[in-house]
Amino acid sequence: MANIQFEGVGRTFHQGGKDFVALDGIELEVQDREFVAIVGPSGCGKTTCMRMAAGLEHATAGTVRVGGVEVTAPGPDRAVVFQQFALFPWKTVWDNIEFGLISLGVAAGERRRRIEHHIELMGLGGYEQAFPHQLSGGMQQRVAIARAYVLDPKVLLMDEPFGALDAQTRVVMQEELVRLARQHPRTVLFITHAVEEAVYLADRVVVMSRRPGRIREVIDVKTVRQAERWDDIPRIEDVMDQASFVHLRTHIWKLLREQQGSDPH
Amino acid sequence: MIGPALPRRELLRLTAAGAATFVLVWSLAALSGITARQFLPAPWEVVARFAQLMLEPFAGYTLGVHLLSSLQRFGMGFLLAVAVGLPLGLLMATFGWLDRLVSPLFEAVRFVAPIAWVPFAALWFGTGIGGPVLIIFMGAFPPVLINTYRGARFVDRTYLEAARMLGAGPLRLITQVLLPAAVPSIVAGLRISAGLGWQSLVGAELIVASSGVGYMMVKGQAAVSTATVMCGMVAIGLVGLLIDIALRRLQQHIETRRGR
Repeated sequence: MANIQFEGVGRTFHQGGKDFVALDGIELEVQDREFVAIVGPSGCGKTTCMRMAAGLEHATAGTVRVGGVEVTAPGPDRAVVFQQFALFPWKTVWDNIEFGLISLGVAAGERRRRIEHHIELMGLGGYEQAFPHQLSGGMQQRVAIARAYVLDPKVLLMDEPFGALDAQTRVVMQEELVRLARQHPRTVLFITHAVEEAVYLADRVVVMSRRPGRIREVIDVKTVRQAERWDDIPRIEDVMDQASFVHLRTHIWKLLREQQGSDPH
Repeated sequence: MIGPALPRRELLRLTAAGAATFVLVWSLAALSGITARQFLPAPWEVVARFAQLMLEPFAGYTLGVHLLSSLQRFGMGFLLAVAVGLPLGLLMATFGWLDRLVSPLFEAVRFVAPIAWVPFAALWFGTGIGGPVLIIFMGAFPPVLINTYRGARFVDRTYLEAARMLGAGPLRLITQVLLPAAVPSIVAGLRISAGLGWQSLVGAELIVASSGVGYMMVKGQAAVSTATVMCGMVAIGLVGLLIDIALRRLQQHIETRRGR
């Protein structure tokens, strides 16, 4: 397990002879075993932040470190769950989950044990030999999450993982992720534009503004969640009915609305 | 296709009607005396000649043996094209420098018709098997290379990102991601490639061979047996169709497996 540090991170594009600042002065540390969600309007650079931690994109200013080591390239120590799942359609569920373990050089017996455990954990039993296209969107995303978790990565990076799912499936997946995150706490950077999702899942919510992409406010949710014992409430809709939840959600909504007022599009 | 799909029965009826019209026009043309009878044999004469060629040797062999000889050359040229084109296409999609090294040359050479290699095929290989194989290779190679390259080069970026995130090195990236991602495009390329290779083969055999369907046709022409030439055309058409059907089956199988 490890932390994620953004130190003065910026990103500038050159477009049509002009400089376009996409990200500016991002200072953020996701602590070891902390779940941080970034919310913000589209184009605020939240996905770019995650992709920098993954090593899929590079900062033009500052550094991104994971576990104290500067990120230069993608690797299985920083597992990504993509919005569009990005499962290999020519591989079975089992083979998709196994792919990264082979890169890590995990021995066959140990691979089998770990895959079986995560198939069980994600409720994928009986679908081991299915191909991704034979599964629903929710099941595909379970495979993608299993593929990431099975690597036992230092950090988990999630890019709107439930954005492509229908509302009912989304709720189920959010509940499952909370169950996973509370039972096996991990360092997670979670990107979303859904405010409720961020408040429900995260320990801290980072609100970003755009043009340029900057951190506007960081909201501590964990203290409220623990004080109000949200985790003892089994259903997501009941958590979202709590006055404490509604208060936080509304606060974040207002932060996002203020930006829209200043920059209509 | 524009408009609703026709029922299968209707399609079969239209196919039969098209073939019947063709045979009718052909028969009338042959009987009308527009040209000398031996220059345009009637359909039934071609059928009779076909049966005869299957049983009696002409130009050294029966039609079946000529066909086998052609298929053997085709198989070798085609496999050689796949053996070279497929790995080269994958490597070009992976390594930019190789792409720049090969592409300009390839882009120019592929416009040279395979048949233009006949003089060299004859000079280098005489009437040996190498000549026709070279010509088939020249016909079949470009579509394999182009389709493999395009399939691998324009693979959905998220697959590549996922593979890199999962720690795949260059070898696994090529064999487990680029290659399978390119398979639909590669198989489409194989169909084009087989078609062009089979066409080039017959052209090659007209000039540099001592057996094969093309060779049989040359001998037919020399003997003023236009029915023999037509039998060659029919055999080429039918075998070409069978090769394409086999590859189309493969293509459908792969697409179903992928869920398209």
